[in-house]
Amino acid sequence: MRVADNLNAALHDLLEHEGDVYLLGEDVADPYGGAFKITRGLSSKFPGRVLTTPISEGGIAGVAAGLALTGDKAIVEIMFGDFVALAFDQILNFASKSVAMYGRPLPLRMVVRCPSGGGRGYGPTHSQSPHKHFLGIPGLSLYEVTPFHDNRAVLREMFARQEPCILFEDKILYTRQMYDAGDLFTWDMDGDVARVYLDDPTSADCVIIAPGGLAHRALAAMRTLLLEREITCLLLVPSRLYPLDLDPVLPHAERAKAVVVCEDGPGGAGWGSEVAHLLHTRLWGRLTRPVAIVHARNSVIPAAPHLEKEVLVQESTICRAVLEVLGG
Amino acid sequence: MGEVLTDEVEPGGLAPPGALTRLGDDDLSALLLIRHFELKLLELFDRGELSGTTHTCLGQEYVPVALSPLLDPADYVFSNHRGHGHYLARHRDPHGLLAEIMGREGAICAGVGGSQHLHRDRYLSTGVQGESMPVAAGVALHLKRVEPGALACVYIGDGTFGEGAVYEALNLAVLWRLPLLVVVENNGIAQSTSTERQMAGTIRGRAEAFGAGHHSFTSVDVNELRTGLAPVVDLVRRRQRPQIVEFHTHRVGPHSKGDDTRPAHVLRGVKANDWYDLYAAAHPEHFAPSDAAQRELIALIAHEVAARPLSRWEPPCA
Ligand SMILES: Cc1ncc(C[n+]2csc(CCOP(=O)(O)OP(=O)(O)O)c2C)c(N)n1
Ligand SMILES: [Mg+2]
Repeated sequence: MRVADNLNAALHDLLEHEGDVYLLGEDVADPYGGAFKITRGLSSKFPGRVLTTPISEGGIAGVAAGLALTGDKAIVEIMFGDFVALAFDQILNFASKSVAMYGRPLPLRMVVRCPSGGGRGYGPTHSQSPHKHFLGIPGLSLYEVTPFHDNRAVLREMFARQEPCILFEDKILYTRQMYDAGDLFTWDMDGDVARVYLDDPTSADCVIIAPGGLAHRALAAMRTLLLEREITCLLLVPSRLYPLDLDPVLPHAERAKAVVVCEDGPGGAGWGSEVAHLLHTRLWGRLTRPVAIVHARNSVIPAAPHLEKEVLVQESTICRAVLEVLGG
Repeated sequence: MGEVLTDEVEPGGLAPPGALTRLGDDDLSALLLIRHFELKLLELFDRGELSGTTHTCLGQEYVPVALSPLLDPADYVFSNHRGHGHYLARHRDPHGLLAEIMGREGAICAGVGGSQHLHRDRYLSTGVQGESMPVAAGVALHLKRVEPGALACVYIGDGTFGEGAVYEALNLAVLWRLPLLVVVENNGIAQSTSTERQMAGTIRGRAEAFGAGHHSFTSVDVNELRTGLAPVVDLVRRRQRPQIVEFHTHRVGPHSKGDDTRPAHVLRGVKANDWYDLYAAAHPEHFAPSDAAQRELIALIAHEVAARPLSRWEPPCA
């Protein structure tokens, strides 16, 4: 099953079983079913709760918060994650703060879905990974779709937090298969974190920590490193990026010769530095060497594919980083 | 109370039934250049020779062609995602635009911007709906003080009226009497959503609410439109009165590529309003040679540009 189909099925399942779930977004109605077809079939099946909206990202994020205020659950689809910038005020100043700023907990169940990332040649305003702009906001959790986490469970978990959540969905994942780590590797779950490894997760030379959108690039790098350099890696893919649950990560990070964190945005002041800082703090004196961060170039994302490739993280970027930290 | 700045010129009014008037050679070739450029893009996509996305202005070519001689090189033009026609009508540079879209040498913006993000002289486009309205107002503020007589022209679609920035900009523009010309290409649809499903009220009503002038045009006749537009542009230019010109137009092609879910009868209605067929029927002897010439020209350009080396650009270090 493709990741897009898993997500679509998860939304169907949620709307079907929970009568208080709404979904709002631009062009989400049938027969179009959303720019990336993730909402296909929903508006036909759940009219009145699946609403195609005007081009009003700020407005619909606010409407979602209003629904959540009454106890409903709301999902917003932002057509391209870049445009979540237009909903920033509602997310930062209303929804995330409201769960706490009235002196007692106010549950707000809302999820903002953001198709993100490049690799499709859509150009600078349609290709960003806007994660870093939403990191570190009290009352806001960040998740990313991965090929290993069933989105049914992910959506349920987000609503159970009773606070606003953003779900980043790397566009290049949509057409990839769920639960497929390739023929070389096996995978399993440790809490919230998917682990992909050769045969023993506790014996890898290098630990790679990556969000779901980078999983395939990391896997390709692991394959190359294994076949060409006999280097073994353990890939850790969390579903919730922020705040990050470190428990499943720590024992591996401590044991390995090196740790590499990957993110697909410009480096610095982002998820990579956050994870590195956490590991440095928790494992001070026990790490073999500083945690390395793989990130995109500090640049806009060009439209032309040959230029875009130079900016965004590739399999080769990850390979190089692993070799470098291992001193190869 | 804001005064209503609207009724100093006659609105363009409804298209008179009947044939399109005969165009000047230059206008006809501009229209056909844009048409064949856009058709070529869809063809290149189909053949897998283009990546990313594109929004063609098929059916709407006449809007920028009617407007462009009324604009001065000192005027700024802000375009949107559906901007190839806006650019070609202003700069007649199919080589640079195609190179930009194909990421080849000679690209307007080195292939970084692509179809939706162009900047050349006083022409700028970006892919975030509504964003350019306040920016255009800012430019108009500058022009008013430093280059009186110049204006900022901004193209937006009907769907873009969903964005709050549009209203903030309109308010500022009328409040400060900025030389802002808002060109609305109301093609009755935004991506897949018909205007009735995304807009309460009307664009005219919005203009009135802010005290901006409003003029609607349903004609696809470039001569007639230009006659109707000239006094409106003049009003912005000489009297610093923001005006909204609303073209009731028709998106003949898909939103981007292969994503048209409109039912057949709607598409038939759209096609019946295509200036291309209407002009071909009205002036076959004028149309045919120019059509063939532009088709051929674009084919040659596509061939030539595709053979160029890839564009070069250095991302900033770090
Ligand atoms: C802020 C923002 N939201 C969503 C989009 C995605 N999008 C691109 S074009 C478009 C429809 C625009 O409709 P309209 O303004 O009527 O222009 P048209 O495409 O009809 O020319 C949408 C939703 C965008 N580019 N920017
Ligand atoms: Mg439109």
